Formats: sequence, C-alpha cells, structure tokens
Amino acid sequence: MHLLVCGGTGCKASASDALEDKLTKELEEKSLQDEVQVVKTGCFGFCEKGPIVKVLPDNTFYTQVKPEDAKTIIEEHVIKGRKVERLLYLDPETKMHVTDSKHMGFYKKQIRVALRNCGFINPESIEEAIARDGYAALAKVLTEMTPDQAIQEILDSGLRGRGGGGFPTGLKWKLTAKEKADQKYVVCNADEGDPGAFMDRSILEGDPHSVIEAMAINGYCTGATKGLIYIRAEYPLAITRLKIAIDQAREFGLLGNDILGLGFDFDLEMRYGAGAFVCGEETALIHSMEGERGEPTFKPPFPSVEGYLKKPTNVNNVETYANIPVIFLKGANWFNKIGTEKSKGTKVFALAGKINNVGLIEVPMGTTLREVIYEIGGGIKDGKKFKAVQTGGPSGGCLTEKHLDTPIDFDNLIAVGSMMGSGGMIVMDEDDCMVSMAKFYLEFTVEESCGKCAPCRIGNKRLHEQLELITKGIGSKADLEKLRDLCNVIKDTSLCGLGQTSPNPVLSTIDNFYDEYLAHVEDQKCPAGVCKDLMQYVISHDECVGCTACARVCPVGAIAGERKGPHTIDSAICIKCGACIEKCKFNAISIQ
Amino acid sequence: MAKVKSLADLQKLKADLQTKVDLREKGEGAENLVQIKVAMATCGIASGAKQVMEFFMDELEKRNIEAVVTQTGCMGYCYAEPTVEIKLPNQDPVVFGDVDIKKADEIIEKYVKTGELVNGIIPQNYNTIDE
Ligand SMILES: Cc1cc2nc3c(=O)[nH]c(=O)nc-3n(C[C@H](O)[C@H](O)[C@H](O)COP(=O)(O)O)c2cc1C
Ligand code: SF4
Ligand code: SF4
Repeated sequence: MHLLVCGGTGCKASASDALEDKLTKELEEKSLQDEVQVVKTGCFGFCEKGPIVKVLPDNTFYTQVKPEDAKTIIEEHVIKGRKVERLLYLDPETKMHVTDSKHMGFYKKQIRVALRNCGFINPESIEEAIARDGYAALAKVLTEMTPDQAIQEILDSGLRGRGGGGFPTGLKWKLTAKEKADQKYVVCNADEGDPGAFMDRSILEGDPHSVIEAMAINGYCTGATKGLIYIRAEYPLAITRLKIAIDQAREFGLLGNDILGLGFDFDLEMRYGAGAFVCGEETALIHSMEGERGEPTFKPPFPSVEGYLKKPTNVNNVETYANIPVIFLKGANWFNKIGTEKSKGTKVFALAGKINNVGLIEVPMGTTLREVIYEIGGGIKDGKKFKAVQTGGPSGGCLTEKHLDTPIDFDNLIAVGSMMGSGGMIVMDEDDCMVSMAKFYLEFTVEESCGKCAPCRIGNKRLHEQLELITKGIGSKADLEKLRDLCNVIKDTSLCGLGQTSPNPVLSTIDNFYDEYLAHVEDQKCPAGVCKDLMQYVISHDECVGCTACARVCPVGAIAGERKGPHTIDSAICIKCGACIEKCKFNAISIQ
Repeated sequence: MAKVKSLADLQKLKADLQTKVDLREKGEGAENLVQIKVAMATCGIASGAKQVMEFFMDELEKRNIEAVVTQTGCMGYCYAEPTVEIKLPNQDPVVFGDVDIKKADEIIEKYVKTGELVNGIIPQNYNTIDE
C-alpha cells in the first residue's frame, strides 16, 4: 500500500510536509512502515483543496488533510480498511462524497486535445502515431467526405486560428477553396516568435505527424497539392523530427502521389526562417519564403487570394493544425461542446514567470486566469503576492487581480485590453515593476520592427525612450498623457499587426497601474524596487557598528567612514550593485 | 515498408500496430517487460534527459531487467524536467519528475525491482480526449 502526499509547492504552503512527517511517524508507531510507504508527489492541480493524499491501490482521494488527520487515516483506512468519509471530496453539485480519483476527472482543469500525443508516442515513429489514430482522419476525409463537407465540419466545430488572430479556420479554408488557380498552397506557420512561447515547438517535437496529417487534409479541402512548413532555424530538434516524420509519411505512401489509392496528391517541403518576429506575420512569412525581405505587405489581397508565388495560399498555425484530426475523428459536435460560446475547443499555454508549475498546459476556452494560475500553476513562487499576468506576448496586455475571474477566450481577452496571442503567459509578482515590464516588451518590438512604416519604426523608438526616462524618474503627469496619445497613433496607423499591437503592453500597464507610473515620475520612486536609478542605498547610523565590511567590498569606493564609526554611502558615486548589503552582518544597509 | 495503398490497408496497419502494442503489454514475456518513456523535447534534453535515457538503457541491461526504453515528446511538466514515465507489467503508468542519474538509480532499485514507489511522482492532472 502507498500513501501519496502532494508535495507540490501549493500544498507545501498548506503544511503537507508536517502531514508527511505525521503519517510516517504513525506508521512507525504501528510497525507498518514496511507494508505502507509514504511517497511525495508533484502537484495534482487541485491546490485549492490541498494538501491531498491519495491511497494506492484503491485510488482513494482525500482532500484538505491536516497533520492531525494522519492518525485517523492510518487507523481507519490502513488498518481497518474503512474510508474516512469526512476527508473525501464533497461534490458541490450532488453533495455526495467522491470516493476515488477515477471518478474525479472533473477536478482536472486540463484537457489535452492538441497535445493528445505529446509525451505518449515516440515522435520519431510513425507506427506509434498510427497506432494512436494517426492518419485515420485523413483516411476518413478522403473516403467519406467531399472537400465542401469537410470544410463544413471545420466550420461547425467553431475552431478559430491559434496563431493569435482567432480567425475562423473553416472560413479561411472556404475562402482558399473557392479561388480558381492552377496551383494552390497550404502553409504551416511555425515561426513562433513570442518571447517565452514554446507551444508550437512542443507540438512539433512531440507529435509532428498530426500537423502533417492536418496539412494534407487542408490540401484536399482547398485544392492544394503542395504544403510548406515555415519554421525558425532555431528549432533544430523540431526540424529534425519533422524531417523524419515527412520521410516516414512518404515511405508509407501517406504523402506523395495517389495517397491511399484515392487519387489525391499532396507533398510537403520545409522552409527555414532566420527567427525574425515579424516573419510570423503571414504576408511577411510568405515573402520570406519567396526569398524576398521578410516585410509585411498591405492586406487585401489576403493570402487566400494572392499568397505564395501569387497563388492562393492558406496559412495556419501549428496548434490550429494539431486540432484538425481530432475534429474529424470525434466530430464537430464533440469539439464545439468544449469552450465558450464564441471560442471553441482548448488552448495551449506556456506558463512562465513567477509561478510554481512552469510548463505547458492545455485548458478549455473559458477557464479563468485564477484557475490557470492557482490550480494548475500551483500559485505564485515563494508565497509572494500576485501582481499581473501578461498574455499575448509583446502584442498583448497585462491583466491584474481584477481580471482573475475573467474566462479566457479570444473576445474576453480583447475586451479587457489584452489578447490571446499565441499562448505565452508570463506571471508577475509584487517584485516586478510594470514600467520596466512595458519597457522590456518595447525593447523587443523596437528590435523586431521591420522598419517599413514610420509609425512603428519611429513611434516605438520614441515610446521606448519615454519609458526609459520614466524608469529614471524623469517626466510628469502630462508626459503620461502624451505617452498614451502616441500609443494610440501607433496602433491606428501602423501597417501590420506588429505595430498595431506593440503599444498594448504600455497602454494596459498605464491603465491598470497608473499609480505606479505616477510614483516614478512624481515621487521618483519605484514601488517594486526594480528601477535602479530610483533606488538609494542608505546605511542606518543606528545599526552601523563601523566594521568596514561594506567599504571594503564596494567596487567604486562609494562608502566612507572611520573604523568603529558610522559609515555613509555617497549616492552620487554608488552604482547600486548591492554588494554592500550582502556583506553587512548587522542589517544596517537598506534600499530606499 | 510497403506503401499504405488504401483505407483498408491503413486500418489493417493500425490494427496490427495496436496488437503489437497489446502484445508488448499482455503477450508472452509481458509479465516481465518494463516500459520506460523519457520526455525528450528541447526542455527535457536541456535538463539532461539524454543522459538519463542512456543510464536507463545501460543499467537495465546490466541489472538484467527486461525493458524497452523509448523517447517521447514534452509531457508539459517543465518545472520538473527530466520527466520519465514507467509502466510496470499490468499496472498504470507512473510519471516521475526531476529524474537525474541518482533518482533513476533509485527508481530502478525500488520501483522497477520491487514496485515500491519513490518520491517525485507527478500525478496526471488532465483529461484525455477519450474521457
Ligand atoms: C507580428 C506578428 C507575428 C506573428 N507571429 C506568428 C507566429 O509566430 N505564429 C503564428 O502562427 N502566427 C503568427 N502571426 C499571425 C499570422 O499572421 C497568421 O494570422 C496566422 O499564422 C494564421 O494562422 P491561424 O489562423 O491558424 O491562427 C503573427 C502576426 C503578427 C502580426
Ligand atoms: S508595423 Fe512595424 S513591423 Fe509592421 S510593417 Fe510597419 S514597420 Fe514593419
Ligand atoms: S551598492 Fe554597490 S556601489 Fe553602492 S555603496 Fe553598496 S557596494 Fe558600493
């Protein structure tokens, strides 16, 4: 028998260590330590009800177990084989106790659709993919459906593009299908340029066949016989696995001429990007594939009309594709039951920042930020206070405490001033400065702007300069208004999505953290203690014993004072390296 | 490999492959066969999954334990890489996190040899499309 005790950071905060000790002691007292083992596990994703104890092999699932309960569990469950009713999970709807975890699927906030095979199959084996229904959707579409019917299925599913914009995928396919041309193309956008995002990489590394299969289905639906995968060269492992997968699919006759003997031809090629963020924008991506500069062009014409080599081209994101086979195998009606009214299915997020369970998650649309951060993410690191979460990367905005209960979907995120983006989610705590955060994203945008149009090229540079000044405490309330105006001009007048969204991090932080901006410009203070120029290292003369330790470690000689006498820091010389604070044994130095 | 020339071919192939998987799990010799999957996406490899996978392969052979060690993609638990899934005969698979060489050794000695669980299990916290 095993007692699994949750040792996730969330549960640790609720005393799971003490509980584990207690269980072990109780077992030893009753000389059961050889028959029953206490084992620490990672997070169950149910932190709200922690600490959790799961008993194997009967799968009993105890919630909110206190150290005092250890004795009861051992005496009742382990020795007498009776479940401890009061510790079982009470289903809020049926008011019944749920006895075992096999019936507790509902507590799991995640459902893996796009990630269904990641972590299950060997991505370098087409056999394992086929054994888990790989290419079955392609076979079904080719044998049972006309292109129009297949497109209708995607329309009915309600699937919207996962690359950021949320455009209805079925509609996009329909638009490409209706064009008449001697050659059409389907493209997979695997550029994934958001800092901190790795959803697409993980899918390609874990399940390349699902993307290949979906592209072939797309080809059948739109009338394209050629597919191109545009992937950044910085993803060597994903590239290797894709190449292996494409070769295997060809070898098996699932790519190439006369697929499954049904007269459908389709083949794939890879194209490598140099890793510019703007090349993820579909027109820039197409130009980059044509060997031109990776710069966006005005839409219309949309790629569905005039894309790669001026031919109708359907561009979709990796994760969008990964959903396609499931829709055909399970049916549009299965798929559109997941999610919210206007956003169907799930979304994969890369959770990062000051959160305990950094990783890749997939949740139904409509899950709240609170569930993602506190249940699945296990809460904020080191028990600090949540401050904000940035969704949508450099194009998105930061959301705060008051947005925690907003159900995540395309439209809700836009309504609160952010966006879904491709799925990066960066969590910030009380130690993060929102002005610096906005500045970080602007730095990225300035770097990545292609420079084709003035509002983005010059405007973002100006924005960045302004933010730089604010982090130094220079500016006024009026400047903040000017900053806001500039943001709006850039948004309204830029050519492509990069410029049209780049001011979002600034706007949303001004809106949600206006006081923090004011503190910088009016009081010359950075409340989070991040902006170096606004910090002062001060030695308290009450505490200082004159040991000279700080003066000796200061690299720039900013500290003066006699041995055994009080020391002082000359803030004009101090470079705020923090070395002195670490050395002082008397806690005499503080940051103000 | 002969080409898959028709839908029937694909269905047959799938059935065959599934039987193969089933055989591995239930067929002859299966009562001794241990299956190990190491998450080998960029995140896993960066935290040392390759070395761990090699360790499992070498050591299981040295210790005379019949096992298949394969690689797989990201399991999503980046905070606990490298992650490894172990499936003992006739048991549900168990995922272990933060598996370094030392942990891998402990897993072989305790879990694989005696079925005794060790610290670091990561519970499955999601539903699959079949639930
Ligand atoms: C600056 C910028 C960067 C983009 N980067 C990506 C990207 O990395 N991956 C992606 O799939 N889409 C990206 N997009 C969106 C694409 O232009 C396009 O809408 C998307 O690939 C369409 O696929 P979907 O409908 O499946 O989402 C980006 C857009 C802009 C404006
Ligand atoms: S908005 Fe920026 S990235 Fe887009 S075309 Fe203009 S300069 Fe280039
Ligand atoms: S923070 Fe660095 S530079 Fe400033 S006084 Fe301390 S040691 Fe000297």
